[in-house]
Amino acid sequence: MFLINCPYCGERDQQEFKAGGEAHIERPKQPTELSDDQWAEYLFMRKNIKGVQFERWNHAHGCRKWFNMARDTSNDEIKAIYKMGEKPPPQ
Amino acid sequence: MTKNLRVKSSEFIDETSRISFKFDGKTYYGFKGDTLASALLASNVHLIGRSFKYHRPRGIMTSGSEEPNAIVQVNPNSNITEPNARATEIEIYEGLEATSQNCWPSVNFDIGGINNFLAPFLPAGFYYKTFMWPKSFWKKYEFFIRHSAGLGKSPTKRDPDIYDHRNIHCDVLVVGAGISGILAAKNAAKNNYKTLLIDEKNELGGSTIFETNENKKINNTFSSEWLKKEISEVKNIKNLEIKTRTSVAAYHQYNYLLARENLTDHLEKKDKKNKIRQRLLKIRAKKVILATGALERPLVFNNNDRPGIMLSSAVKKYIDFYGVACGKKNIFFTNNDSAYESALSLHNKGIKVDAIIDIRENSNAKIIKKVNEAGIKIYWSHTIVDTSGYKRLSDISIMKLSNDGMSVIGSKTSISCDCLGIAGGWTPAVHLYTQSGNKLTFDEDRNIFVPKADNSEQICVGSCSGDFELDEIIKNLSNKLKNFLNISQTDFEDISLENDKETSKRNIWLLPSDKPTGKTKPFVDYQNDATAKDIKLALREGFRSIEHVKRYTTTGMGTDQGKLGNMHALGIIADTAGVKMGELGTTTFRPPYTPLTFGTIVGRNVGEFFDTFRRTPMNDWHIKNKAEFENVGQWKRAWYYPINDETMHQAVQRESKAARKSAGILDASTLGKIDIQGSDASEFLNRVYTNAWSKLAIGKCRYGLMLNEDGMVFDDGVTTRLGENHYIMTTTTGGASNVLSKLEDYLQTEWPELDVYLTSVTDHFATASLCGPNSKKILNKIIPELDLSDENFPHMSFKEVTVDKIKCRIMRISFTGEQSYEINAPASFGEAVWEKCIEAGKEFDITPYGTETMHLLRAEKGFIIVGQDTDGTMTPIDLQMDWIVSKKKYDFIGKRSLYRSDTMKENRKQLVGLLTEDPNIVLEEGAQIVSELNQKPIEMLGHVTSSYFSPNLNKSIALAVVKDGKNMMGKKLFIPMENKNIGVTISNTIFYDEENKSINAKL
Ligand SMILES: [Zn+2]
Repeated sequence: MFLINCPYCGERDQQEFKAGGEAHIERPKQPTELSDDQWAEYLFMRKNIKGVQFERWNHAHGCRKWFNMARDTSNDEIKAIYKMGEKPPPQ
Repeated sequence: MTKNLRVKSSEFIDETSRISFKFDGKTYYGFKGDTLASALLASNVHLIGRSFKYHRPRGIMTSGSEEPNAIVQVNPNSNITEPNARATEIEIYEGLEATSQNCWPSVNFDIGGINNFLAPFLPAGFYYKTFMWPKSFWKKYEFFIRHSAGLGKSPTKRDPDIYDHRNIHCDVLVVGAGISGILAAKNAAKNNYKTLLIDEKNELGGSTIFETNENKKINNTFSSEWLKKEISEVKNIKNLEIKTRTSVAAYHQYNYLLARENLTDHLEKKDKKNKIRQRLLKIRAKKVILATGALERPLVFNNNDRPGIMLSSAVKKYIDFYGVACGKKNIFFTNNDSAYESALSLHNKGIKVDAIIDIRENSNAKIIKKVNEAGIKIYWSHTIVDTSGYKRLSDISIMKLSNDGMSVIGSKTSISCDCLGIAGGWTPAVHLYTQSGNKLTFDEDRNIFVPKADNSEQICVGSCSGDFELDEIIKNLSNKLKNFLNISQTDFEDISLENDKETSKRNIWLLPSDKPTGKTKPFVDYQNDATAKDIKLALREGFRSIEHVKRYTTTGMGTDQGKLGNMHALGIIADTAGVKMGELGTTTFRPPYTPLTFGTIVGRNVGEFFDTFRRTPMNDWHIKNKAEFENVGQWKRAWYYPINDETMHQAVQRESKAARKSAGILDASTLGKIDIQGSDASEFLNRVYTNAWSKLAIGKCRYGLMLNEDGMVFDDGVTTRLGENHYIMTTTTGGASNVLSKLEDYLQTEWPELDVYLTSVTDHFATASLCGPNSKKILNKIIPELDLSDENFPHMSFKEVTVDKIKCRIMRISFTGEQSYEINAPASFGEAVWEKCIEAGKEFDITPYGTETMHLLRAEKGFIIVGQDTDGTMTPIDLQMDWIVSKKKYDFIGKRSLYRSDTMKENRKQLVGLLTEDPNIVLEEGAQIVSELNQKPIEMLGHVTSSYFSPNLNKSIALAVVKDGKNMMGKKLFIPMENKNIGVTISNTIFYDEENKSINAKL
């Protein structure tokens, strides 16, 4: 059970949060211009890294804000937490 | 006849309070402070149960939670019975009853014991190999296997006990209250760390508390005496909370630990009453100190499992702590010096020790001299090659070991004995450490896995870190604490220490016998009956990974998770396969460390507290009017309102007719409601719904369909424009929170530039949905001043009105096809408005109807229910709802996916209507649909999603999804059921009032 430092509320138990999959996947601005393959890339393709992975998390039972997390999937170490729209920290 | 083997009053046993208890129906006596195991041993009872596979007689092996054999059923045949409890952990109390497990008809005569003689035919993987063929017989085999196997019996009645959960936050958590844990907790608490100290036993002090070894002294007194003073100090430190009888079950990441605190299991029945039995502690600690100690290893030799064969450390604890001798003729078998301490403990209390068999060639430890002086014979370089005695050990046979330890030489000597203490060295109890996600490293020299590295949030101290000797434990503990707690000194760094040094070592994982391994039974995992022979067989059959060998042989898969034998299994694999143990790694230790009751896990969340219920403001009215309720998500919704002894079918048929003939009223308060405001609200709706919203006039309502980005239908509902920048969206009852989450997600992460604010107002409004041709008349009675003409208040529009000073929002929308008004009142006035409608509707026989009738009425009209007629694979096109998908809008969620090759392909399943050939047959929802009955394999074309008997049409109707259904109008298909095939015809989805005439019934 993680201890997550919500950028708006501070440290809270993982129970209050919801994981939202891979971060930094931007919804295409002009979906109609995309081929099926390009659209499928956005829609379905997700990384599953052993190591540092960038993820979206939502403080669902708190401030309800979305934010990003850099997490090492091999040991669940949370390397960094940063707000939506911010760049991931250098590794 | 029971002989009393209680030899000396112990300070830990209160001999003034005698306790009677029953084991296997017979009454025994013990004292306050005894465990079931110590009290039975005092009565010379060793035989406790039968082993899992071979049903071999088994006795008490240990004195703690690692016990593999002595597991019992506590309080059998009662509603508080508990299976698989360890006799070594159960504290006796007046009235306790326990029975043996895994034996029938009794532990002394067990029919399954025949398996022991069949053992050559029951090797590892036997079940996998034998019973998988022929495949169709598995069900029959399984029946017999399940009936002859199994450990305890689970209770069949409701658990009457109370359980609880507690969250604890602390600076330092210390697990284990042996000497290391006590000193760690004391120094943490004294340095202003809020500290919690936990131990699974009922007393503090671990094995040091009963230590009287003259070769282990602190400040020139027995280590036990010194520790007792420390403990009395520790008990009075303010900053320190101590929890005994508390077992840490799991150690998760970020120092989150779960522990079970046992509060009443040791009490008499009358004292247990109305008290919490067990409490689950959910601990979040800033720092964790693991002082979990070490477990003694057995030795693996032929027939090493007979009752009377025990760990040497257990023999020592029973005599020194409980004052109980485990036998009259005692022998020890060892590969290290610790057995000599146990032997002296017995000798000093006048119990005869006949011999010590030591596989080493010699030892220079001081204690050897004392044993020699006591006249105990030591057999150096010897091993036990066999034992005898069926229900109790009677003899052992020993032989000299060859120099390489691989075989035995010389002649065989037999010695009689009734108790054999075996000492195979120590295994650090690193279970919790590895659960936390940290890695182990193998110490080749000492054949142990030790924690790889400490960090700033967690350390291991004492013997669980691999420090076994008193001086190294104390010295390393002091240094570790200074660093970990950031303190300049500890209060024990200057104590003087005296202890023996172990110099001689010899380790043989599988001890040789004069018989070939194939003819012996050297048990590695006692609980699951896995022998060294099974492990070797697995290796011969090609298994290499330790995880595979474990599963094939079931080694380590019992309720004790192989705490005693795992290291031997690894050692034997390494030796046989010729690899290094460090390279093999270990199997994963999983939570819980010791079994937990389900009661502890669920805590207070039982019965009506199992899940949260949500009730509407009109709930009391529904109850008063005898509604039956249905769970919809967390909501309790009125399902139907039976009159007198109506069945559900009768009630629903009556309600459905009334709603179309005159008037009905439905509590629709559970629909999700989201208040949407902001200058970009219209643009936002354009992006999330499939249809266009910009041109919706203020005061008008519109139905909307929401998709996932993959084009599949996600939710639907009516949204009303209340003002220029103000909308109220309704969602399905079950989808409300998901819709809000999804909308928030898009707003925050994809379109942060939009000026839109979302607020869930589901609970703020109560909704009464008035429907039927007389609904307008009823509403007119309630609000006479409102012009209800179709010109002023047409279908799909909204009015804000006051009903007796209650501000209400009325939407003229319909989910039944009838003229219909949804009256939204502030929640606290919901029941009042509802009752007003009922009162005004009396002259029209207004009929309250529930969710079942609502479903039926909408099915007559072919309206979908998201989640019933859709399942996450249906696009609006599949639903034949092309009309709601805007062609003009550049983009909306899911649009691009609607023309992916897969969503556009022919032959997708589409929503259609179904009519049965026999109008009286109502189809089963979920039933499969086929076109050919004789085809093999039969092709499933789709399934029934909604099905009802329509009283308004007087026939059975159904909705279904069918492959290419769109192009099969009028086609005959079949629904194969267990007993018959039902003929059906594909139809339009709208069964009733296709022209929508009922929407505008005349006043
Ligand atoms: Zn937050």
